[in-house]
Amino acid sequence: MINSSSDNVKKLNSINRRMFITGSFKFFIMVGIVSRLFFLQVKENKKYLTLSDKNRIREWKLAPVRGEFHDYFGNVIAGNFEAYQLHVIPEQVDDFRYVIYRIKDLLELSDKEFKKVLKKKNQIKPWETLIVSDNLSWQKFSKINNHLYDLNGVKPVISISRNYPFKENFTHLIGYVSQANQNDIETTESIKKNFVPGLKVGKVGLEKTFEKELIGTNDIERYEVNAYGRRISQLEFQKGKKGKTLRLTIDTEVQKLANDLLKEKAGSICVMDIYTGAIVAMHSSPSFDPNLFVFGISQDEWQLIRNDPMKPLVNKTLQGNYSPGSTIKPIVALSALENGIINTNFTVKCTGKTEMYGQTYHCWKKKGHGYVSLRNAMKQSCDTYFYEIARKLGVDKLSATAKKFGLGEKVFGDLFEIEKKGLIPNTQWKKNALGKGWLLGETIITGIGQGYIQTTPIQLCLMTAQIANGGHKIYPYLVVGDDKKDQPIDKYMPLYENSKNIKIVKDAMFGSTNEVMGTSYRSRIDDPKYQFAGKTGTAQVKKITEEERELELKTFEIPYEQRDHALYVAFGPYKNPRYALSIIVEHGGNGSTTAAPMAKKLFKLIIDRHKIRQSMDDKRYLEI
Amino acid sequence: MYQHTRLTTNRFTFFQKFRNFDYVLLFCILLLGFISLATMYSTDGGEVLFHTRSHFTKFIVFILMMLIISFINIKYWFALGYLSYLVIIGLLIGTYFFGITSSGSQRWINLYFINLQPSELMKVFIILCLAKYFHRMKIENVNSVYTILTSLIIIILPMGLVIVQPDLGTSVLIAISGIAVLWFAGVNHKYFIYTLLGFVISLPFIIAFLKPYQKLRVLTFLNPDRDPLGAGYQIIQSKIAVGSGGLFGKGFLKGTQSYLEFLPEKHTDFIFTLFSEEFGFVGSVILLLIYAVIIYRIVAIGASCRSYFAKIFCYSFGAAIFVFITINMSMVLGLLPIVGSPLPIMSYGGSSMLATMIGFGIVMSARVHNQQLIA
Repeated sequence: MINSSSDNVKKLNSINRRMFITGSFKFFIMVGIVSRLFFLQVKENKKYLTLSDKNRIREWKLAPVRGEFHDYFGNVIAGNFEAYQLHVIPEQVDDFRYVIYRIKDLLELSDKEFKKVLKKKNQIKPWETLIVSDNLSWQKFSKINNHLYDLNGVKPVISISRNYPFKENFTHLIGYVSQANQNDIETTESIKKNFVPGLKVGKVGLEKTFEKELIGTNDIERYEVNAYGRRISQLEFQKGKKGKTLRLTIDTEVQKLANDLLKEKAGSICVMDIYTGAIVAMHSSPSFDPNLFVFGISQDEWQLIRNDPMKPLVNKTLQGNYSPGSTIKPIVALSALENGIINTNFTVKCTGKTEMYGQTYHCWKKKGHGYVSLRNAMKQSCDTYFYEIARKLGVDKLSATAKKFGLGEKVFGDLFEIEKKGLIPNTQWKKNALGKGWLLGETIITGIGQGYIQTTPIQLCLMTAQIANGGHKIYPYLVVGDDKKDQPIDKYMPLYENSKNIKIVKDAMFGSTNEVMGTSYRSRIDDPKYQFAGKTGTAQVKKITEEERELELKTFEIPYEQRDHALYVAFGPYKNPRYALSIIVEHGGNGSTTAAPMAKKLFKLIIDRHKIRQSMDDKRYLEI
Repeated sequence: MYQHTRLTTNRFTFFQKFRNFDYVLLFCILLLGFISLATMYSTDGGEVLFHTRSHFTKFIVFILMMLIISFINIKYWFALGYLSYLVIIGLLIGTYFFGITSSGSQRWINLYFINLQPSELMKVFIILCLAKYFHRMKIENVNSVYTILTSLIIIILPMGLVIVQPDLGTSVLIAISGIAVLWFAGVNHKYFIYTLLGFVISLPFIIAFLKPYQKLRVLTFLNPDRDPLGAGYQIIQSKIAVGSGGLFGKGFLKGTQSYLEFLPEKHTDFIFTLFSEEFGFVGSVILLLIYAVIIYRIVAIGASCRSYFAKIFCYSFGAAIFVFITINMSMVLGLLPIVGSPLPIMSYGGSSMLATMIGFGIVMSARVHNQQLIA
């Protein structure tokens, strides 16, 4: 019993000692847990609070509202319209199959479109928005609205989208928008920043150039979301900024006329203010409706545009490298005068053809012009005369003058990435580019704008404008206000040695249009208010063989792609010049019969609208 | 006078049993029950849904059960020590053959009126069994090879049956319950130190034998940012929830982490995270205090008991409960790898609550019959 009781005491001592050890152990662990709680909840609270907010708050960006394009008079030429769209959130639909087939019937979707929708549905999460149709007609939209009672989870939505009210009129100038692709996002910072699925961005033209200004900023919606990304409640809505609206120097009326004149033809018309360089119209034909691209063009329509032999996708005004033909003659004459090669009295006898360096060079007039002076040679566009002065002048001097007047250089600089430079050849160029020496015969044909020389229609327009304004350097621009910022120092600087020479050339151009025997005499306007001066051009697209020359084929007898290009450059009103233009009609035959009559109609309108245009100006034009 | 007291204390009248009740412990358990119901209500998104209702029913049933247990003389519980252990071993074997599989683990057995998880019950009944085993043992025999081997077999047998389910977490907790008894029974402290050392040394080998998902948990514990959306997700989200709670919490029913379903397992193992997010540091410390009072009362009851069995049971059960709480909290606070271990009373789960309530019941019985001697 004693034994057992002492055993008991031992046991109790042991258990109690261990109980106390355990107790203190527990105490320390408890302190440890409390300090861990303190660390997490008090010390690091801010960090975890941020993480928790990051967890639960998610931002949704909405597509920004794109800035518009206005013409000079404030007409919207690229605007926004309310597109009727149909959205479905699959998880809110009880019976997706039923609803989607019902929609298919109501919208009369083709099997192809329907498959596309189903494909899209499989790519998104069930709570994300499925855009069944992005541009519904009002009829279909209202039809859907009338059937909403049995279309659970279907949302008719009005969304803002791009609209080009003048359709094909401004396509090459403004370009168009379309869904942003991977490349757009990677190369353009502003697109990357504002990107949302379905965002439409400028693909070509000014839409692309001014993307940064036009794009605007996103509306931002902040939602509380759960762990699966489902929206629980909206916390905030932050309104974005609409993109900047750009006002262009373009006059829609003139632009429309240019479009009408070139209907069914391939070519370009551009009109420019000779003092400011403001572009009044700039059109390339044929064009296409840019609205087709906004919601994605169909394959058929795309093939139609792409395979059109008249190449609607090419902006001929900026990308078209054409032989200038006789329209180069004012520059050749000016160069010869400036370099003192000839004076106004210099005459050449034209017999219809001339032989130089063992080659025969033909004048366009088989019988020849007889003795011609500079003024007459310009007026009648005598090729023989210009062969002779080109020979005397040499290609290097000629190219120097041509370059001074803006040929062989990009007119808009970086504004359009597609713009071509053209080519003003000289001996150095040929050596570098072709590795061959310059031939004198090449100088001779350069004198009538054939051979290596290539110019774009906008360059010809600029050249004419700079002659018309008395030989002063101008910088063409398209966006109102662009002429006022960072002006190049050589703006308005004279391009001539002697201003008299410019006057001589202008006078010769007057003769060409307004005097009997002038090549564009039939297109003249006698009213001094509208009277203009110009120079025709007919550019050969292939070498004419002797046999063909004998045949004296009429334009319509030659296959389309072998016909000459018809060109015309002009400025007006002659007495007090204000506008210059260039016209080119591809394979249009003859400059005087095809291109010059267009100038007549254009000048009528341009000069009529001059007053209205001036009244729009807040500031008088700079008079020189 | 003395004689009289002896008599009455031995007879334990019904009325006296009431008087002997530990009302502080009872109050704390009821308070904990209330808090757990409120938290469960929050996990249901502020509505009385399935979990709240079910938890409420279980709590009421099991607390009544606890009261009944506490009215039964402790000597009967002593008598049931081995039998109950064997019954649960039987259930575990039954689970192995006829168990219900859920999320890759065969832990439950269908007893027609309840789906029971015997491994949870084992956490308590192993204490009962070992307490009985050591009750009559002479202090010299405690450290004999025979005793230690027998008690180790008693521990390892259910552990093995639970590991094959597979449920490593619960088997570790069973082991801890058993080891707690060995500790209080007076097994030489050297053995504990050697075992611990041996465990640490063999840790790399143990890890090599772990199942891939268990290895992943260990790796994730060491660096939760390894795979923040995969294996590390639970612990990262849990820490965010606790940390964002701050000093006073986000407020009842306003825990965004749980409400927006970022928290996994919020009803069960991660219930403390939700509580902590909504009630903050202050709330969490109060909850810890409640647990501390409960454990203190259990130990105090043990100290007041005359019988060695009751003492060893109370101390061990107190230590076990403490370890369960600590492991659960350390886990959700990112101090330990994720092992499935519920927070007693707070977590949703019938078997766990049943086991805890039985434990409380026996402790309360020990309190009520604290003068009872067991031969």
